[in-house]
Amino acid sequence: MLKLHDYGTTDFLQILKNRYPDQVGNWNQPNGLQDVLPQNFLEGTTVLALVYDEGVIIAGDRQATEGYQVGERRIQKVYKIDRHSAIAVAGVAGPCIETAKLFQVQVEFYEKIEGAPLSLDGQANYLSSLVRANLSLAMQGLIVLPIFAGYDLKQGKGRIFKYDALGGRYEEDSYYAIGSGGKDARSTLKKLYQPNMSKESALNAVAEALWDAADEDIATGGPDLIRKIFPTLTLITEAGVSDVPDDTVAALYRELVARLEQP
Amino acid sequence: MSTPYYVSPEQIWEDKKDFVRRGIEQAKEVVALEYKDGLLMVAENPRRTTFKISEIYDKIALASTGRVAEYEALRVAGIRESEVKGFTYYREDVTGKWLTNLYSQHMGAIAQAWDAKPLEIELLVCEVDGNPAVGSQIYYVDFDGTYHEEEKFAVIGGRAETITDILKETYTEGLELSAALQLASRTLERVEAEESEPYQISPQTIEVACLDATAGRRKFRRFSIEDIAEIFNYAS
Repeated sequence: MLKLHDYGTTDFLQILKNRYPDQVGNWNQPNGLQDVLPQNFLEGTTVLALVYDEGVIIAGDRQATEGYQVGERRIQKVYKIDRHSAIAVAGVAGPCIETAKLFQVQVEFYEKIEGAPLSLDGQANYLSSLVRANLSLAMQGLIVLPIFAGYDLKQGKGRIFKYDALGGRYEEDSYYAIGSGGKDARSTLKKLYQPNMSKESALNAVAEALWDAADEDIATGGPDLIRKIFPTLTLITEAGVSDVPDDTVAALYRELVARLEQP
Repeated sequence: MSTPYYVSPEQIWEDKKDFVRRGIEQAKEVVALEYKDGLLMVAENPRRTTFKISEIYDKIALASTGRVAEYEALRVAGIRESEVKGFTYYREDVTGKWLTNLYSQHMGAIAQAWDAKPLEIELLVCEVDGNPAVGSQIYYVDFDGTYHEEEKFAVIGGRAETITDILKETYTEGLELSAALQLASRTLERVEAEESEPYQISPQTIEVACLDATAGRRKFRRFSIEDIAEIFNYAS
């Protein structure tokens, strides 16, 4: 029998919590996890975003670590949310991927119920509550930190939002990077960023920032030329969200390596 | 002492059916038909924000006619249940058959309740598959929850039978999108013209959406007035 009682709500997480509490794990209540904190969980490392003239690039490396070991070589950290937005997540892989999945479902759910897409600001605000819902895990070191980027159709430009563990939402107007190699990536982006960058120079800057993160931070994975695993570079423009093909990313890195190679 | 009055179950059921029939008689029709790449759904509806055809899930759309408030509640519940199921298990596990059953149980229960008014609506649950060999599915759900599968095309609304009869003569398989839209709108036009003045359908007076089996994850697409005008021009 269909239940029609929560007709009015467009909040998918609330519906899950009310009716299917076992589907949302222990997102909200402290649960003594500290005592039995497992040692074998995966952690994702560096993700970043950069505004350029046509929109915004959002990117991440592909490696997840398990302690001092490589846990996963081709993990996905960038997720498309709707036609004009994407999220990149750094932190503990399990809750990170769950957050991205829940966020995507929520935005699409809203769009279908309302018959109109959720605004970029609306999406960014909703993500705050998902990050905050993870607070009790964050208190135990199991943190989920996303970067959210999108093309704002009303303002006609790419926008970047960063978050803190308490769900604080802050907008960046040029670039941002987080994760274990985030600081290194930010240093590179700081030197290479220019207002109204072309797509080519923006892609080069992002590739180099991820390279530097992998170079300085042991947890971040660089381009893997042997296994053909390359960082995810995703473009968000007025036309929509599109991944840069692996061949193009490989070419970017071959150029970069040639440039960096010492005689 | 007076005798408690008795009404036979048959009589109660006939009354309910009559009641719904009178409501549905006035409802504008929705036509769903298979074309080369999926399912096309067309309705006469000049409004731009209240729809008779809507997206439920990746491969599923709902076409409804009758009382707006009643099918709107079912539309929202359908989206919600689908999202919950897809989130809990896997997106592919949300199927048209499952959703049809859900609607069927709900509508049947209300139709049979002694103290409730039956829903004055008819539904088409439309589904396509990414694999062209599987083809598309159309489930017709009546007000009392009875449902059946339709082949190639289906119509709901007041003059559904007349339209179905015309389509039986005129429908052919493997239509291009533009040809399918032409067929649906010409048919609606013809039925309309039989009752009143010569009548012409324009992009402003119809609602058009499709489930495109060749599209990515989300197969549903709603056509804007500009899209419809372009297809009309292309076809003529």
